[in-house]
Amino acid sequence: MTSYKADRSIKWRFSILGVLAGLALLAMAPAKAEYADVIINNYADAAGMRPVVFPHWFHRIRFRCKVCHADLGFQFKAGGNKITMAKIIDGKFCGACHNGEVAWSVENCNMCHSGIPGTPTHIHGSTVQRLVSPPYKALNAPQQPAQQ
Amino acid sequence: MRQQLKIYVGSAVLALLVSAPALAADAGLFSGAMQQAAPGEHLLLADVSSSNTFNRNLKKEKDPNAAPSEDGYHDPENEGTHILQPPKDAYTGLPTTEFGNHVDWVKSIDEKKLSPRWDRINSSEEPFVMDMDIVREVKASVPDVVFPHRQHTEWLACANCHPAIFVPQKGANQINMSAILLGQKCGVCHGKVSFPITTKTCSKCHSKPKPADWSPPLSDATLKNPWR
Repeated sequence: MTSYKADRSIKWRFSILGVLAGLALLAMAPAKAEYADVIINNYADAAGMRPVVFPHWFHRIRFRCKVCHADLGFQFKAGGNKITMAKIIDGKFCGACHNGEVAWSVENCNMCHSGIPGTPTHIHGSTVQRLVSPPYKALNAPQQPAQQ
Repeated sequence: MRQQLKIYVGSAVLALLVSAPALAADAGLFSGAMQQAAPGEHLLLADVSSSNTFNRNLKKEKDPNAAPSEDGYHDPENEGTHILQPPKDAYTGLPTTEFGNHVDWVKSIDEKKLSPRWDRINSSEEPFVMDMDIVREVKASVPDVVFPHRQHTEWLACANCHPAIFVPQKGANQINMSAILLGQKCGVCHGKVSFPITTKTCSKCHSKPKPADWSPPLSDATLKNPWR
């Protein structure tokens, strides 16, 4: 009688702990990225590149919002600018600074294209993201290419 | 008296006997938990119970400004990820907040700890700052909104907001929290890049207390009620 009860309680403990550990792992990964980091994956995945991670924090230390959002014509929308490498090399969008004069140039591919493959275009930590979009699971992303 | 003592001791021994295997399992939990938690039927049971527990205190983020290789967004297998600057290196010495990037960006400029460029190339160009507060009376009982142009024009050009997002005319802009939370009006920036919309930030905008004689306005339905 006692051994049966004890056995069940062990199973319970294991299963609860397992679920908690899983939840903690799932919750951990997305929560740690920097507020306002933008993932841009309009064309990157299809072209076999990692998606771009744009750090707002890094750029706003150096430039006021006006420089990009008024002078360079960046829309206030994640993925809304349809940026391509052709436009960048042409000196538009990122290419206005990332040209080897104001900032480092386009040959440093993997400094921008550094996101986890398969991550959709979005802005991290945004209220809209939390309210409207389905929860984003970072841990699933790297596993998918490994299974194929 | 003696009988009671016997019962106490007896029940203590019994409790120890029952819980001994469980305690032993506790000791081995950390090594074995990851492998043994896999079978589906047990997970299902625990799923139900864990969804019903009430988490009284939500845990605070322990490491809010993680380095790129540990943030869950950058691919740690990518070489470039490890060249990127960790946010904490850049944030040292800047005034802090409890939300967003955990940096008070407006205060950083006010205290001259940061001076981001206003022009792409010319670092001596100064922003066109306009110091004008707009008070928006709020229908609900929360404090009225004070919109400060000064902090906004430190960062932005007039054309960023006017006339596309806000018509520059008194009474021409209908704003409500639902629209803002869904990314319209103030929500074009706030809740995405500029300070987020949380219960800690309500009072940053809703900052002017209602006058002492304020009473909530009556709704149309009430005013048109023929039995009123």
